Amino acid sequence: GFFLWHLRNAGARQIPCQFMHLYHVASNRLITFQYFNFLKRMYVTQCNKDLSQRAKPKSDSIVSPFHELQKLDEEKKVVHKISPVSPVHQSWSEMSSRNELREMKSAAETEDSVIQVGAESKEDRQWKEMKLQLDDLPGILARLSKIKLTALVVSTASAGFAMAPVPFELTCFLLASLGTGLASCAANSINQFFEVPFDSNMNRTKNRPLVRGQISPLLAVCFAASCGIPGIALLTLGVNPLTGALGAFNIFLYTCCYTPLKRMSIANTWVGAVVGAIPPVMGWTAATGSLDAGALLLGGILYSWQFPHFNALSWGLREDYSRGGYCMMSVTHPGLCRRVALRHCLALIGLSTVAPVLNITTWTFPIISLPINLYISYLGFRFYRDADRSSSRKLFFCSLWHLPMLLLVMFTCKKSILEKEDKGDQPGGSHEMAMEIRLP
Amino acid sequence: PPAHSHSDWIGPPDKLSNLRPVIFYEPPEETALERRLREARQEAQASNQRFWARHNRAFRQEKEEFIYSRLKAKGLEMRDESGQKATLNAEEMADFYKDFLSKNLKKHLQYNRDWYKHNFKITFLMGQVALVRALRWLRRRKKNVEQ
Repeated sequence: GFFLWHLRNAGARQIPCQFMHLYHVASNRLITFQYFNFLKRMYVTQCNKDLSQRAKPKSDSIVSPFHELQKLDEEKKVVHKISPVSPVHQSWSEMSSRNELREMKSAAETEDSVIQVGAESKEDRQWKEMKLQLDDLPGILARLSKIKLTALVVSTASAGFAMAPVPFELTCFLLASLGTGLASCAANSINQFFEVPFDSNMNRTKNRPLVRGQISPLLAVCFAASCGIPGIALLTLGVNPLTGALGAFNIFLYTCCYTPLKRMSIANTWVGAVVGAIPPVMGWTAATGSLDAGALLLGGILYSWQFPHFNALSWGLREDYSRGGYCMMSVTHPGLCRRVALRHCLALIGLSTVAPVLNITTWTFPIISLPINLYISYLGFRFYRDADRSSSRKLFFCSLWHLPMLLLVMFTCKKSILEKEDKGDQPGGSHEMAMEIRLP
Repeated sequence: PPAHSHSDWIGPPDKLSNLRPVIFYEPPEETALERRLREARQEAQASNQRFWARHNRAFRQEKEEFIYSRLKAKGLEMRDESGQKATLNAEEMADFYKDFLSKNLKKHLQYNRDWYKHNFKITFLMGQVALVRALRWLRRRKKNVEQ
C-alpha cells in the first residue's frame, strides 16, 4: 500500500481497468506485473521532468498574470461589489511590486524556466467555473481515491488471502477485496483533503482534483465517509471483525498518523511502511480469521520492501520535499536513507528464508527467490555506495517488478494443505509434490 | 469570470505561491451562515497565499545565494563562455535542501496547525450550509406539493 502512496502519474487521464481478474490469483500477479511496466513507462517521463536540476527557476512573467488577475478583480468589483477580495488582490499586487524591486536589485539575472508541458498548460491558464461536472465525476473520484494505488493495495491483500493455508472461498475473497478497496479509497481521499496546499506546490501532485478545484472539500469528505463506512462494515460483518478492525486501524494510521507526521519528523517513513504492510495481513486474516505467524511474515515482507522502494523514490524528489516542508530521510539524513534501504533489501532475503520454516511455502521458495532478492540487494548496495540519481532510479524501478515477482513465486511455492495433511510429521519429504501448483 | 455566473471561479496556479486563486460568488440573498463560509474561505486563501508566496520566494532567493557562493568558492562564474547558466549537481544542492528544511521546520509546524484549523472550519461550515439548503429545498417542495 504505502509503496505507491507517493507514486503519482500526472499525465494519466485514462484509468486502466480490468487488471483484476478475481478468478485466477496467478494471472492477477501477471497482470499487476504488466501494470507495473505501464507505470514504469509513465513514471520515466515524469522523472525526466522532476529530476532535472535547474539553477534558477525565477519567473519574470509574474507581472502579467497579476495584471490579468487585477482586471478580473476589477470587473468583479463593479458587478458584485466584492470588497473582501481587494485585500487579497492588494497583497498580490504588493507582492508583485516587491518582487519587481527584488528582481532589479538582485545581482543574478533571472530566467523563466517554469516547466509547462503540452496541452495541460493551456487548460491550466484558463479560469474555470467551480461547479461539479457530473460527467467528469467518475474520473474525479478515481483520482481522488488514487484508484490505481487502491488496486495495488487490493492485490497485495489478495496475495495475503491466497497465501493463507485454508481452502479458497470465493465469496470471502470478493468481500475482503471489496472491503479493502473501499477502505483504501477512503484513506486516500482524506489524505488528499488534508494536503491541498502542499500538493499544489509539488510537481508530482499539483493536478489532483482538490488542488484544481474540481470537487469541493465537503464532497471529498462525504465520498471518503461513503467509502470507508461501508468498507469497514463489509469487512467486519461480511468477513470477520479482526479484518474490519485492521482496516479501520489502517485508515486511522494513514490519515491521522502518517499524513501529519510527514511534515513533522522522519518517523513517517516507518509508519508508512506499516500502513503498506497491513493489507496482506488483512487478506490473511480474512481467510483464516486469526493473526498467525504467516500473516506477520507476509506483512514483514511488505514492510521491508517499502524502504528500498520509497527511499529510492524520495532521492530524486529532494528539492520538492525541502521546499514543501516534508521531513524525509533523503533530505535530512541522506546516509541513514541509503543504509535503511540496503538493510531492508537484505532483510527480504532473510524473510524469504523464514517462509518455509513457518510452513507457508516449500523450501523451493527461498531458492527461487534468491536471484531477485540478491539483485535488489545489489542495487541497494550500489545506491548506498554511489548515492546518485541513476542508482536511486535503478533501485526504484527494480522494486516495482520485484514485489509482484516475489509474491508470484511465493504463491507458486505455496505449501498445499493436502500435502501437509498427507505428510504429517515427516520432515522435508515433499519436494516432488512441492513443484506442483495446487490450489488447496 | 462572466458577470452572470452564479458560482465560484478558480484560476490558474499563482506563479509565486502555486496556489489557485478562487473568486467567490456573493449571491444577493446570502444568509449569515453563507457569508461566514465565504469569509472563512477568503481568509484561508489570503493566509495560504501570503505564506507560500513568501516561502517560495525565500526558497528561490536562498537557493540562488547558495549556488552563487558555492560557485564562487569553486572559482567559477555564474555563466560560462557559451552563456549557459552554471548549475550545481544534485549532491551539492543536497546540503542546501537539508539546511533549508531544518531552518523552516518551525514555520511549517505553525502553518500546518493553521491550515488544519482553516480546513476543518471551512468544511464544517460547508456541511452546515449544505444541510440548511437541503432542508430549505425540502420545505419548499412540501409546500408545492400541498398547494
